[in-house]
Amino acid sequence: MSDGIGARVKRKEDKRFITGKGKYTDDIRTENQAYAAFVRCPVAHAKINGINADAALAMEGVIAIHTGPEMKEDGIGDMITGWAITSKDGSPMNCGVWNPMVTTYGRYVGDAIAIVVAETQAQARAAAEAVELDYEELPATVFTGDALNDGAAQVHENVPGNMIYDWEIGDEAKANAGLANAHHVTELEMVNNRLSPNPMEPRSAVAIYDEAEDHYTLYTTSQNPHVARLVLSAFYNVAPEHKLRVIAPDVGGGFGSKIYIYPEEITCLWASMKTGRSVKWTSDRTEAFLTDAHGRDHVTKATMGFDADGRIVAFKTDTIANIGAYVSLFATVTPTYLHGTLLSGCYDMPAIYGNVKAVHTNTAPVDAYRGAGRPEATYTIERMMETAAREMGMDPAELRRKNFINEFPYQTEVILQYDSGDYHKLLDMAQKEADVAGFEARKAEAASRGKLRGIGYSTFVEACGLAPSAAVGSLGSAVGLWESAEVRVNPVGTIEILTGSHSHGQSHQTTFAQLAADRFGVPIDNVQVIHGDTDKVQFGMGTYGSRSGPVGMSAIMKALDKVEAKAKKIAAHTLEASEDDLVIENGEVKVAGTDKKMAWHEIGLAAYIAHNLPEGMEPGLKETAFFDPVNFSFPSGALICEVEVDPDTGVTEIVKFTAVDDFGTIINPMVVEGQVHGGVTQGIGQAMLEGVVHDESGQLLTASYMDYAMPRADDVPSYTLDHNSTPSPLNPLGIKGCGEAGAIGSPPAVINAITDAIGNNDLDMPATPSKVWAALQAVKPAMAAE
Amino acid sequence: MYDTNYHKPSSVADAVSALSGAEDGKVLAGGQTLLPTMKQHLAAPSDLVDIRAIPGMVGVDDDGDALTIGAATTHAEVAADPTVNAKLPGLAKLAGGIGDPAVRHMGTIGGSVANNDPAADYPAAVLGLGATVITSKREIAADDFFEGMFTTALEDDEIITAIRFPLASKAAYAKFPNPASRYAMAGVFVAESGGSVRVAVTGAGADGVFRHEGMENALSGQFSESALDYTDVDAGDMLSDLHGDGAYRANLVKVMAKRAVAKAG
Repeated sequence: MSDGIGARVKRKEDKRFITGKGKYTDDIRTENQAYAAFVRCPVAHAKINGINADAALAMEGVIAIHTGPEMKEDGIGDMITGWAITSKDGSPMNCGVWNPMVTTYGRYVGDAIAIVVAETQAQARAAAEAVELDYEELPATVFTGDALNDGAAQVHENVPGNMIYDWEIGDEAKANAGLANAHHVTELEMVNNRLSPNPMEPRSAVAIYDEAEDHYTLYTTSQNPHVARLVLSAFYNVAPEHKLRVIAPDVGGGFGSKIYIYPEEITCLWASMKTGRSVKWTSDRTEAFLTDAHGRDHVTKATMGFDADGRIVAFKTDTIANIGAYVSLFATVTPTYLHGTLLSGCYDMPAIYGNVKAVHTNTAPVDAYRGAGRPEATYTIERMMETAAREMGMDPAELRRKNFINEFPYQTEVILQYDSGDYHKLLDMAQKEADVAGFEARKAEAASRGKLRGIGYSTFVEACGLAPSAAVGSLGSAVGLWESAEVRVNPVGTIEILTGSHSHGQSHQTTFAQLAADRFGVPIDNVQVIHGDTDKVQFGMGTYGSRSGPVGMSAIMKALDKVEAKAKKIAAHTLEASEDDLVIENGEVKVAGTDKKMAWHEIGLAAYIAHNLPEGMEPGLKETAFFDPVNFSFPSGALICEVEVDPDTGVTEIVKFTAVDDFGTIINPMVVEGQVHGGVTQGIGQAMLEGVVHDESGQLLTASYMDYAMPRADDVPSYTLDHNSTPSPLNPLGIKGCGEAGAIGSPPAVINAITDAIGNNDLDMPATPSKVWAALQAVKPAMAAE
Repeated sequence: MYDTNYHKPSSVADAVSALSGAEDGKVLAGGQTLLPTMKQHLAAPSDLVDIRAIPGMVGVDDDGDALTIGAATTHAEVAADPTVNAKLPGLAKLAGGIGDPAVRHMGTIGGSVANNDPAADYPAAVLGLGATVITSKREIAADDFFEGMFTTALEDDEIITAIRFPLASKAAYAKFPNPASRYAMAGVFVAESGGSVRVAVTGAGADGVFRHEGMENALSGQFSESALDYTDVDAGDMLSDLHGDGAYRANLVKVMAKRAVAKAG
């Protein structure tokens, strides 16, 4: 079957994307369109006494200007968080109140204070600038490492010491005992740099209130429109669910940042009701840098103990996680259950303890970003492994092999039970493909050209397929993380798959269609995938955490099972055969060993004409299924990065990057490779280029691409990729998920390679040329003088 | 972008008169800095005077001793010009390395020089080659033209019409791009002519493009990379920001100077 599972089917969505025919939220035009702009807090912390909008209201085209206190008066609810974390002393987490628009205090540069609605976008923006703000600037806490200091400015009055929670996982006493008896102890302090998500399409919302129907429609850049509708209805009191339709049309990338329901969407819906106009807001790039939820931002101290043979005896981490001024939707779970539970990595660790203190600062909210917690855990573990190997004089690959988990399922010391894997095979393959054996010769050759060559590893495991509903519920999640699907066979045999997953770059239109093409032997062009509209798809939990494969596709598989069963009943009845004798091949249902058969479209027709169905069978051929996973899935991989550093300038060139992954079953290798390319490139971005930087007062210094360095094509090499699949036994396809792996595994491989090249392990991300050069000077004082 | 009045004069005189008649007029050439700045509401000129339709503003003239390049000549045109490539290849290469293709096909030499962005490439060539800036009023030597970041000797109603570059026996530019913007973090233009060497540095200096006397002296004695070994770049005179401190930029200036010397051959 050329379009089935495992085929490199070209993307059905590419024609419209490549020819500029995609339809994004900002492309939506309505009849009574008005445009919104926001007045934002100009400083990191301020008491807002009020605004003077007289001049702005008098400007041409201005329709209305509204503020937070008015919204509060109208009963619009405060922003919520979706996951309650309990501190180690048993107390509930403590977070500051987040009003969609400021009621009293502005708490970061960009905090929304007022909405301006005008006839054109230019008029709205000009009027927003003309709104006068009466405010008193207050002291701000800006940096992660400062938030818990005595005397640090309080971000919220009700969060003493800026501490949201002080959470722990694992067994501290056991870890301490292990470290006390260790033959060798490795210690390292690391910063996991704060990142801006930078999807190609900035956030946008079109809110339409229909007064006659008392009904709202919201077009928005969302990774999970049903969750958006649920939250907007249940918590923000915008409208009940049946009177609110949320549509996420083509969405140009998310990387996590479009999971969350932001103040702007809520405010546009409310403003549409207030003004009787359709209200559109589209973020500009600097607004995106200021207000999209950032990622990462951990400061971690790690300690790892080894026995004389190099086996890990204990691992302990102490992390401060910056949550920003407000607690975004999944901000609390990212540094805890998506980070602490991965601290065992792919190693058999007998004792683990992780402590995470989450803090408020006067910066934009920080939430899940591609990988979400797992890159932070992987970076910590993999830098520790490399560091320990160097300190103990061991080969870093051998140290890993010595500690790899060998048997599955494997129960870690930190909640998770890994499903399957073969970590040795991945590392063996990666070493071969990276030609590790030839490294010393390449290093010598580079040295002859005055270049410093280094090699670095990262072997990782991550948890995907979020997530078993009951399990996450017991850990504090407010929602279940199943997925739903509906498969509709039309009377002519064409197939529509309705899914609660959302594609914003993941190629679902192609890969989901492959499942039906594979099952029924129909051409992929006869299969349409429908998603992203709460009026079309009954419900869905959306796309993040590499869940669309293991969870979303599993729901589709269950619905396909039901359709197949009914189709076989119809065929058996029509062909007067036993269902057990039927086989589906090349778009036909055949009675094995005979020439009796029905074409797929004949079955569709029979189901809908309903002249001759088995007794008691309802007409139609359409089935719905929900899939709730029994566990996470656990993709793993071995990455090897080889770099060449120019000691004169500190410029690092990645000369080779090898990634061998285990994603379980692969539906479309081309799409999976694309995901790895993108993920690894983002990881290289984090490792070498990207970083959100604030000044001491909390102003964002990296508010445009002039200062925030995104990876470009010439910053990354041509990747060497391979796979070794151990299918997950926990879902129908054996699929594990591939969307985040590249971003999770790659940063430590890059840093390990650079520190190997320069001979200085004291290096934080992003390893920019200036930092690499400075690190070189630190270990070569003689060179620095010259 | 705020509303603005757009003029497209067909002579330098008309352009000057449109500029002097405006409340807050600005010359528009390629618009690669001005228009983004206006879109971000960081500039709001009352009038834009587009000089690209003025005859003689585009092209390269070779009088045997110098190349005169019209102010509205784009970077792409300079990079591809056969005369520039034959007579001052270092200048053609510099132009071919500015920004990206879209910028190079719109941005102009006059616009870049008039704006005097501290990280722009052209000011290093103008100063390094000892060029002359020709305006609607006068001729200004490069040494007198650049007066610090975004500041030049140009008067409000004065328009650059061309730049005259004397030929050099050796000339080359090496730049270290900022990882984010790809503007120069340190760009060094070296030129040797009649035994005398000029070294101009862009991107790194705290006060915009500047000449480095120590390097000029060292290279005048011996035009070689090693001649630069014992020269000093004062870190205190360098920009220091999130992309690199003064010490790093000082190092880059020296490294780029050596690479420019190597390229110049």
